[in-house]
Amino acid sequence: MNLSYLFDAAHWSLSTDGSIPQLILSHLWYVVLALIIGTVIALPVGLYIGHTGRGSFLAINAGNAGRSLPTLGLLMLMVTLLGLGLTPVLIALTVLVIPPILTSAYAGMRTLDRRVVDAARGMGMRPSQVLLRVELPMALPVMMSGFRSAALQVVATATVAAAVGLNGLGRLLIDGLAVNDYSRVLAGAIVVAVLAVVLDLILALAQRWIVSPGLSGRFR
Amino acid sequence: MITFDDVVKVYPGGSTAVDHLSLELPTGKMTVFVGPSGCGKTTSLRMINRMIEPTAGRILIDGKDVAGQDEALLRRGIGYVIQHAGLFPHRTVLDNVATVPLLLGKNRKEARAAALDLLDRVGLAPEFASRYPAQLSGGQQQRVGVARALAADPPVMLMDEPFSAVDPVVREGLHREFLRLQKDLGKTIAMVTHDIDEAIKLGDVVVILRQGGKLAQVGTPQELLDHPADEFVAEFVGRDRGLRSLSFDTAAALPVKPLPDDLVLDDAGRPEGWRTADGVRSTAGTFLTSDSLRLVTDLAIMSPVGIAVRVDAEGKADGVVPHHDLVDHLAARRGQK
Ligand SMILES: Nc1ncnc2c1ncn2[C@@H]1O[C@H](COP(=O)(O)OP(=O)(O)OP(=O)(O)O)[C@@H](O)[C@H]1O
Ligand SMILES: [Mg+2]
Repeated sequence: MNLSYLFDAAHWSLSTDGSIPQLILSHLWYVVLALIIGTVIALPVGLYIGHTGRGSFLAINAGNAGRSLPTLGLLMLMVTLLGLGLTPVLIALTVLVIPPILTSAYAGMRTLDRRVVDAARGMGMRPSQVLLRVELPMALPVMMSGFRSAALQVVATATVAAAVGLNGLGRLLIDGLAVNDYSRVLAGAIVVAVLAVVLDLILALAQRWIVSPGLSGRFR
Repeated sequence: MITFDDVVKVYPGGSTAVDHLSLELPTGKMTVFVGPSGCGKTTSLRMINRMIEPTAGRILIDGKDVAGQDEALLRRGIGYVIQHAGLFPHRTVLDNVATVPLLLGKNRKEARAAALDLLDRVGLAPEFASRYPAQLSGGQQQRVGVARALAADPPVMLMDEPFSAVDPVVREGLHREFLRLQKDLGKTIAMVTHDIDEAIKLGDVVVILRQGGKLAQVGTPQELLDHPADEFVAEFVGRDRGLRSLSFDTAAALPVKPLPDDLVLDDAGRPEGWRTADGVRSTAGTFLTSDSLRLVTDLAIMSPVGIAVRVDAEGKADGVVPHHDLVDHLAARRGQK
């Protein structure tokens, strides 16, 4: 294995265009944007469907449909329709993160103990209070696992941005392949993998912090 | 006082859960709804706090129709305890108990202080306050459920099978404590159970419903036992009460016969078994005069020859009771009651 590209200090300077830190930043930027937009769209829809039970088929099928859609194909289609730029990339990545977030929000709401919700209503909570104080906190562990799997997928897949002229860690893969520099390709693959692991760790810590010990079983 | 005025509930799909129910639940008393599964007990209870809307008729609390009232505000004024407690798993015991006071706008400190008091009242030590429901036993959860319902000091409490998720010994304890609590508090309580013994033990008034949500009889436990309105009530009140009541009588007055020859004894006179065509078979157990008639009945049934064996304190056989003697004794006992 040739790790010379990865360990060359010149590739780690923040100020050089196309250096690894810069590519990491742009990569994260796509990831974060896609996750935010995806969450804003998928979370309310998933919660609504889970809360009311209306449109369950949508939540269940969104998962399967989303998974079978090839992101690269979708990206090419978007570029053909919209031209080059950030927008087609974000659309393709957002479509990728919506299914796990939507499905887990739905599942989180569906699988929580209805007797507890019933007790909450019976004690005089209004519907919005039931949602915010009981259903959401109880659904959080399942929702977080969906969000984490969305984050993992989008970190790996955001490399496609480079295929349409944007930055991100995909640059290392595509440019490396173009000039037969396998050391660069390897560097790209390793950095993406490490980034995914680190991001998941951070989210795991966040989950620990926001999920009640009463649910996670991690009692003080 | 809670008044059911000709209340009907027909679920979509056409099943009649409550059929023209008119009733009064007296203030400060415990009224227990009892009846076979599916007879509309839960439905009746949940119409009081509008968790279910009646199809026809009215329910009034102290003369005020519940139908006109804001659902959430109405429910905050009515304590609600359900089977398996329904505690919020993500909140500590203390915060569970403080739920309704907080909804009513009490500040957090006051609400928690009051909650701590209540834990004490239902017999939970202060160290439980910071635990989560998953860290409690079923009986402890049930206590928290009761404390939570009492937290805002509501005049009315609804309890749906509050003690059914725990074992008989724990239930016994909860009953005792609950009766003591109710003696202090004097709440107007509507409770549901399918256990007639529990109803008779806890209820000031017992409401017996029958299949299809029809009222079978309402009265004090004594009235129901002494004067059941019809066959259904008689059977319901009496269902395996006979056998259970045997638990309270000892075998002291039960006449015994001398030991027959086919009872095999060891050198010390302790029974070893019955000599039968298939060889010696176990007696299936023995009883003392202090044991219950229920045990004797069980032994007579289990014995390979239909005879229960009595022993003295040293374990020596000192008499036998054939099952037909037992039947005669039970018949005589029934005559005396
Ligand atoms: N949401 C519902 N939709 C349709 N039918 C219902 C509904 N809830 C209850 N029923 C029916 O109404 C009848 C009364 O139900 P209810 O729950 O009041 O019985 P219960 O006396 O509490 O029974 P259990 O002792 O089993 O709890 C039953 O026949 C039940 O099948
Ligand atoms: Mg019921």
